[in-house]
Amino acid sequence: MSTPTLDRVVIRFAGDSGDGMQLVGDRFTDLSAAFGNDLATLPNYPAEIRAPAGTINGVSSFQIHISDHDIVTPGDSPNVLIAMNPAALVANVSDLSPGSTIIVNSDSFTERDLDKAHCSANPLDDGSLDAFTVYPVPMTSITLEATKPLGVKSRDAERSKNFFALGLICWMYTRPAAPLLEWIDDRFAGKPLVRDANAAAFKAGRNFGETAELFAHPYEVKPASLPAGTYRNIIGNTALALGLVAASRRAHLPLVYASYPITPASDILHELSKLKHFGCKTMQAEDEIAAATIALGAAFAGNLAVTGTSGPGLDLKAEALGLAISLELPMVVVDVQRAGPSTGMPTKTEQTDLLLAMYGRHGESPLPIVAAKSPSRCFDAAFEACRLALKYRTPVILLTDGLLANGAEPWRLPEVADLPDISAPFATQPNHTNADGTEDYWPYLRDPDTLARPWAIPGTRGMMHRIGGIEKQDGTGNISYQPDNHAHMVQLRQAKVDGIARDIAGVELDHQDGADVLVLGWGSTWAAITAGVRRVRARGERVAQGHLSHLSPFPADLGDVLSRYGRVLVPEANLGQLALLLRAEFLIDVQSYVQVNGLPFRAAAMESRILEEIHR
Amino acid sequence: MSEHNGSEGVAVALGRKDWESDQEVRWCPGCGDYGILAALQFLMPELGVEPHNTVFVSGIGCAARLPYYMNTYGVHSIHGRAPALATGIAMARPDLSVWVIGGDGDMLSIGGNHLIHALRRNVNLTILMFNNQIYGLTKGQYSPTSEVGKVTKSTPFGSVDHPFNPISVAIGAEATFVARTHDLDRKHMMETFRRAHEHRGASFVEVFQNCNVFNDGAYDGILKKAVRSDMLIPLRHGEPIRFGDDGQHGVAVNEFGEPYVCESAKVGVDHLLVHDEHRADPTLAFALSRLSSGPHSPTPVGVFRDVSRPTYEAQVQQQVADAVERVGPGDLHELLHSGATWTVG
Ligand code: SF4
Repeated sequence: MSTPTLDRVVIRFAGDSGDGMQLVGDRFTDLSAAFGNDLATLPNYPAEIRAPAGTINGVSSFQIHISDHDIVTPGDSPNVLIAMNPAALVANVSDLSPGSTIIVNSDSFTERDLDKAHCSANPLDDGSLDAFTVYPVPMTSITLEATKPLGVKSRDAERSKNFFALGLICWMYTRPAAPLLEWIDDRFAGKPLVRDANAAAFKAGRNFGETAELFAHPYEVKPASLPAGTYRNIIGNTALALGLVAASRRAHLPLVYASYPITPASDILHELSKLKHFGCKTMQAEDEIAAATIALGAAFAGNLAVTGTSGPGLDLKAEALGLAISLELPMVVVDVQRAGPSTGMPTKTEQTDLLLAMYGRHGESPLPIVAAKSPSRCFDAAFEACRLALKYRTPVILLTDGLLANGAEPWRLPEVADLPDISAPFATQPNHTNADGTEDYWPYLRDPDTLARPWAIPGTRGMMHRIGGIEKQDGTGNISYQPDNHAHMVQLRQAKVDGIARDIAGVELDHQDGADVLVLGWGSTWAAITAGVRRVRARGERVAQGHLSHLSPFPADLGDVLSRYGRVLVPEANLGQLALLLRAEFLIDVQSYVQVNGLPFRAAAMESRILEEIHR
Repeated sequence: MSEHNGSEGVAVALGRKDWESDQEVRWCPGCGDYGILAALQFLMPELGVEPHNTVFVSGIGCAARLPYYMNTYGVHSIHGRAPALATGIAMARPDLSVWVIGGDGDMLSIGGNHLIHALRRNVNLTILMFNNQIYGLTKGQYSPTSEVGKVTKSTPFGSVDHPFNPISVAIGAEATFVARTHDLDRKHMMETFRRAHEHRGASFVEVFQNCNVFNDGAYDGILKKAVRSDMLIPLRHGEPIRFGDDGQHGVAVNEFGEPYVCESAKVGVDHLLVHDEHRADPTLAFALSRLSSGPHSPTPVGVFRDVSRPTYEAQVQQQVADAVERVGPGDLHELLHSGATWTVG
């Protein structure tokens, strides 16, 4: 009998933070990517490093959507939930639709486990799961049994039960075993006992699927027919780091990345710290303020300067951004947005920093804002942010979010030769002749086209100049408190940023003839909007989709695009920040569709909201 | 760093004028800052660096205006952040001579964090802190070095804050070079600044500076001609610590290892503390900084500590160089294609 096929499946691994769910999720992701599926992932973990074991607060989960066709979201609702304990079951069961499959580790449903999850009755036999197909599997005891011959202590052996779960799921969806076993060999090479226990548990999981006759048969999710090219699986933070390295190469400038540890941005620092052979100078600063200011110092001295943070850190970087705007020096500030205000929910996603990026500084202090739309596109967004910063000598804010930072998807690798040269030559010659005939360097004599000022760096003979945060005379850059000059400079700085609209792509528009509703998004909501739009169109309804990768300035054609549709729906993971900007700038009554629960929009919810708009 | 035309030999002998910018100096007449600026401009031609390889960085405050008056590269940055901005410059360009100028409020209040971290990292910066024990630019509030009980606009009943001893702070942060000088002695300033410049690593110099508008005479108790020789304790490496016109005063160490001021004759010159700038352990240098707690008792000036430790930026460069040596210069194509890849079509 041939293996039955599925076009897509959504699987969620859930367990205690100590159960290694992120690890097996990552492994399943890599196996599926290598197998050729299209995929999207959603890791979800508590901010605490180790919340009390077995409690609902300590539940960590990893959702993956694999398919044989192009998909964009990690899926609304799991078809299969793997719950390693009662807390994981309780925390996740409400996300399941009737008919889904639940596989639980039945060994961890003792009275104590149930107590910790505040279960008054055992959900495995109180009928509360009747709507689902439930498979209780004694994962712990089989793992112990399988690892016994190796001489592993039972406490250590128990830790391998996540590999048992992975083995079982790999059997269910016919993932090849060899790459995983190789990975185990490699990863645990230094710890032979752990290596062997994990491998044994993984094999036991596969064998269990095959022999237990619990499951009718495995399924197959065939490879997706993605556009031709070489692919790798990538998460947003890694893609972003690679984008910065690529920009440094194509700008022919060393990269300085100064940052302060903060969730969920720290991995960018970790990634770049490994890439010293690319000339990356990474530094962990004493605080967020220093990180931004150190980057700015590096920019003054002629390096490609980047600092990265998340919302609370962006608050603190405001003053350095203000100085960078005044000094007109290139710098990129990455903000991996997370749920706020204040500490908020560090590991949960949101798009609530748009207005902060736009306006969160004193004085008139405009700057360009670029936003990434998917994990792999963090690469392109980082490259674009560096391009704009260098060309226009301006700080640029690059917005991503928790969903992009840790979410994975296949990435069709760009050809290095296709990446444009983004170098911004330093000024090395005087640009002004004084009345007495002597040559001079005026640091604020602008390029008439870009309005960018020249960038002369220390170490260059004859180009010495002093600049600062005090208002400068246009041209000379000397201190000036002259009223007309200040008004002129304020306008110039705004005009410089506005002018960038001529240099960026237009609205990414997916129009459909006859569509009266435009769904316009930015950042990571692109995925849910795309999925929602596809569903609506599959019903035979007509809808257009627009996406903004530049939030400041807006693409030059945005006003025109907006005017072509009867209604504009703007879904955002905030309370309507882009909608506010659009209403203010274009006087258009856009409709906000908002969600601020720290989670991504669901395609189904997006679909109904779009339908509602169409039939209003 | 081949793209920069860095430090070739000095082509022409430069003089003071070559280090003066065309900007009009705007401190209050009589301000101690003038004397410090003059000392710097006299000194710079002697240091073997050129204006285009020199950067002056400052934060906000009266002292922080100094970069505008130097014909070098300069950044007048953000209140308190000069050590951080300068760290970025040094990281990007370790070949430059980078100076940081600020006041006591700038460096010890709003910028205290950046100062101590620049010092502990040993970034190759020459940090000059002009200590006038007051906020001048904001027109006279007490500063983190003002004495307890200071009556100012913000403390009409006297300040209740215990002040910092800047030298103690710097030594506490294990700065590798720590010195003190004052605005009335150009020769001493020049010598101290020269030493600070020559030191590889973070150098911290406290300069007693008179703010004649908001805190005039703050240092009269130790700097007035009549009392100076009895009140300033010059530190000279390898010499017994003595002061007074005839060296009648000295510094000895008690049974607890604490330095104290004594009469040289009573203790015996052989029993005076011999100053050693290069002691690796900062304890004794710190103890010397505790000899005075304000400008009213004998106060050490000169170099407290001068020890050698690798600089931050040199180590950063070294890690880059080592990585290149180990695995070769990064190949972008290879990097993008690293990890498990697969091909479609
Ligand atoms: S206020 Fe004081 S420190 Fe500032 S310039 Fe005037 S005299 Fe000098």
